[in-house]
Formats: sequence, C-alpha cells, structure tokens
Amino acid sequence: MLKVKDLNVYYGKIHAIKGIDFDVKNGEIVTLIGANGAGKTTTLKTISGILKAEKGVISFDGENITRIKPHLIPDFGVAHVPEGRQVFAQMSVYENLIMGAFIRKDKREIANDIEMVYTYFPRLKERHKQLAGTLSGGEQQMLAIGRALMTKPKLLLLDEPSMGLAPILVDEIFSMIQTINGAGTTILLVEQNANKALRIAHRGYVLETGVIKLTGTSEELMSNDEVRSAYLGG
Amino acid sequence: MNSKTKKAYLLNAVAVFLVYIVFLTLIRFKVLSNYFGGVIILTCIMMIMALSLNIVAGFLGEMALGHAAFMAIGAYLSGFTSIAIMNAFPTAPALLVLIFSSLVGGVAAGIAGIAIGTPSLRLRGDYLGIVTIGFGEIVRIFFINFDPLGGAQGLKGIPRLTNLSYAYWITVLVVFLIFTLGVSKYGRAIMSIREDEIASEASGIPTTRVKVMAFTISSFFAGIGGSLYAHYQGYIDPDKFQFMFSIEMFVIVVLGGLGSLTGSILSAIVLTVLPELLRGFAQYRLLIYSLALVIMMIFRPQGMLGRTEFSLYHLIYVLTNKREPYKKGSIDGGKSS
Repeated sequence: MLKVKDLNVYYGKIHAIKGIDFDVKNGEIVTLIGANGAGKTTTLKTISGILKAEKGVISFDGENITRIKPHLIPDFGVAHVPEGRQVFAQMSVYENLIMGAFIRKDKREIANDIEMVYTYFPRLKERHKQLAGTLSGGEQQMLAIGRALMTKPKLLLLDEPSMGLAPILVDEIFSMIQTINGAGTTILLVEQNANKALRIAHRGYVLETGVIKLTGTSEELMSNDEVRSAYLGG
Repeated sequence: MNSKTKKAYLLNAVAVFLVYIVFLTLIRFKVLSNYFGGVIILTCIMMIMALSLNIVAGFLGEMALGHAAFMAIGAYLSGFTSIAIMNAFPTAPALLVLIFSSLVGGVAAGIAGIAIGTPSLRLRGDYLGIVTIGFGEIVRIFFINFDPLGGAQGLKGIPRLTNLSYAYWITVLVVFLIFTLGVSKYGRAIMSIREDEIASEASGIPTTRVKVMAFTISSFFAGIGGSLYAHYQGYIDPDKFQFMFSIEMFVIVVLGGLGSLTGSILSAIVLTVLPELLRGFAQYRLLIYSLALVIMMIFRPQGMLGRTEFSLYHLIYVLTNKREPYKKGSIDGGKSS
C-alpha cells in the first residue's frame, strides 16, 4: 500500500533521513521505533508532504505522492495525526471533527462518521460542545485521532500518540488503535514507547540517526537482544 | 436550521428594524440633531471597518496594520466611479449609484488585498504587521502624488449619496454577511489555521489559499466602508488614511475582543460615540479616551467580550427564565447579531 524507497530528507544542511526503504501493506499496523532525533517524525512529515524529500520515492496505492502538497494528501486517503495533539483549541469537539471532514461533501455520511468516532471514543461525545483546548491530554489525543478518521483514510499516520499521557490512557489509546485497524484502516505508528508499540504492531522498523537498523515482525524485534537492551529496557 | 436559530434570527431582525425606526423618528422630530445623525453614519462606517478587520485580526489571528489603505482604495475608486456616473447620467437613482460604486471600490480593494496578501501572508506576526504598515504608507503616498485623483488636495465633488438609511442598511447587510462567513465551512477553516496550521493542512485545508481568501474578503469590505465614507464626506483627504487610522481600527477590534464580531460592533459604537460626547470637555477628551483604554487593558485584556458573542435571544431567555440555558456561544458556534 505505502512504499518508501531511498528516502533522503534534509533540514538545511543536516542530513536527517539517509536513504531509508520501508513499506506498509494493506491492513497492517507497522511501527517505526527509535530514540529522539532518529528521524521518525521527519519521515511521517515527509510522507504527508509537510517536508520535502531531497531524493527518493514515496508511493501510495501505486501512485507517486512524493511531491504532493500537504493539503492534497488527504484526498489520496492518507491522514496524518501530528505530534503533540494539535487540536483546534478554540473550537468545540464537534467542530474539530467537522473540520476533519473539510474535503468531503456528503453531509449524511459525515454525520454517520461523527457518530462512529463517538462510538470509538464515548468521552468525546460527552464533551462534544466543550472547547477542545479545555480537554485533558488523553481526550485531546482521542480528538486528534478522531479528526483524522473524519477524512476517511485508508492509511493513518500516527505520530507519538502516547506522548505525555498517563499509562492507563496510553493503554486505552493503543487498544483503540487496534480497534480502528480491525475496522479496516491501515496504520503507520511512530513511537518512542517501543514496548507498547511492538505489542500491537504486526511489523516494525528500528530507526537510528536516519537509517533503518533493523526490521522484522514484532515478535522478532521484541526478542532481539539489541532492541531489548536499547529500547525495551531489558 | 432548527427552530431556535430561526427564532434568534427573527428576534435579531426585529431588533435591527426597531433600532432603525427609533433613530429615524428621533431625527425626524428633531429630538436628535442632524449632527447626531452624522455620528451614527460614522459609527456604521467604523463598524464595517472593525468587522472586516476582525476577519484577519480575529478569525485568522494575524496582525494587519494597513486596513486604512484598503479603505482608501475603496474610497477613491468608488468616489471616482460615482463622479463619472453622475456626470454621464445626472438623474441616475442615488441608491443604485451608491451600490454600484461601492462594489467597484470593494472589488478594487479586494484585488489590492490579493496582490498584497499573496506574497506577504507567508510572513507571520510582527513581520506581517510591518509589511502591512509599509503597504499602507505606500498607498497613502501614492494618492497624495497621483494628480488625476486630486493629489494632495484630495478628491472633491463626490456626490453625497450616503444618508442614514443607506448607511444603516448596508451596515446591517455587511454584518449579516460577515456573521454568515464566521459560521460557514470556510469561516471555520480560517479559524482552524489560526489554531494550528499543520493540523489544518493535515485535514486537507489549502492554508495559503484560505489565508489569501480571508485577506481578500477583509479588504473587500474595507473598500465598501471606504466607499460609504467617501460618499458621506463628499471629498477625500489622503491624510485621513494615515497609519494612526489603521491603529485606531485595530484598537477597536482588540477592545471588542479579537474574534468576537458583536464585540467589534459594541466597541465601534463606544469608541466612535464616546469622543463625540466628550467634545464638550475638549481639553480632557484625549485624556479620558486613553484612560479608558488603559483601564480596559488592565482589567479585561481579552477585550469587552473576549471571544464570546452577545446574543439577544440568549439574553431574553435568561431574563425571562432567570437561569442560564447553556454556555454562551463563541463565534465558532455563535449565531447572533
């Protein structure tokens, strides 16, 4: 579904991504794990067009999306949940979700999908009139995911959904990611919390200073000694 | 539209009409002087200016300090148009001429908005502020030196077509249109860019285009305001559109509450009428005016209404039922005028 080939990204003179290859197949949860500054967020931002690739090809469902502008990426069925729960703070929960459906015109289906997001995250329904900025961290993360789902994506790019959340909320969000995946959305998950990410993912890639160090199924990675000592704390 | 919104719209329409009748009768029976009628017209014009500036300053959250320039463009172009029409057809109906030349002025200001917005909206915050100040000065100096439109002496002989009724109803129309924009899909898109640009793009909003659109709509209405002004004064003095005038409009918006349209309306009324009422204390006028600003900034820095909207329907509901029906709406959800 998503194929990344020889991707190179620069921040000015800094070579942040040094020729990485990976792919995500239909229906999978694939995770990119790695330490701070490994290039995980950079990779996601390049896929969604916010950063420009110097070299390399990103293709989605056979179409080359390497140089597509960020606001046109949702049209291809790729939705990006940015790092740090970037919700529209001065708008209500409901309006945030409506904004997610900006590119769509089918009013009835939008209403259905809002109901669907509410069934995934009942807490959002309770707070649907509340301003998003007044939600707790976990609820904002739910809202950011819900807003991305409103574009009806085939592939969901999740950037550090566990960042700054209480462990119990992390579990809740991760189990919801599995539910969303079970309903047919493919997921590319970027995480520092390698333990949690590998538990729900089918496959994983280990990113280190802009190159892919290791790849394999989640079980393989979890039993790999290098991964265990570097990322799993054991 | 549910029945509650319908009721709220109806109530606002009735209130708008009643206010109009009251002012008209008061002036007809000389309770209020013609001079006061003029103050009302100026208030209407400042309302249009503040509301249009609020699209950029409040909805989009950008510092635009060249609003007077768009007003000037609208004033000059519409004035020129109506002079030409009145020369060719001296019997043309006043309202039609006013509407047509206002549209010409508005469109001209809108085009100027596209021209200045497209390159400069890549900048943010103070940088955009500086560019817009520069643009404002360029426009003013251009008109001072452009002799076909009167040069430094100003454009004279503009037919005085703006009367109380026209000014009032055009303002009502502009208020309605800007409110509609505020609750529309694109209005929300403008606000979501203010909240978070990356998240907006990830939701598929073409941020550059929406920003330029907001800037253009804002300058279009500024042009309309300029046209009303030109046709009220009968002549245009290029020095009227100085930097300080842009600041004055910005102050109105900030005092009313950035992003609150009813706040802008209220604040435009207060800040236009107050200086007129204080004319008697001419010496202390500026003192009181500035003091009011300072006190305001200390005790209510978010502006009179903050981000919330005043709703007549809501007020009456609360007064008759003596309790709060639900949380007051913000402009993001507010539907009142």
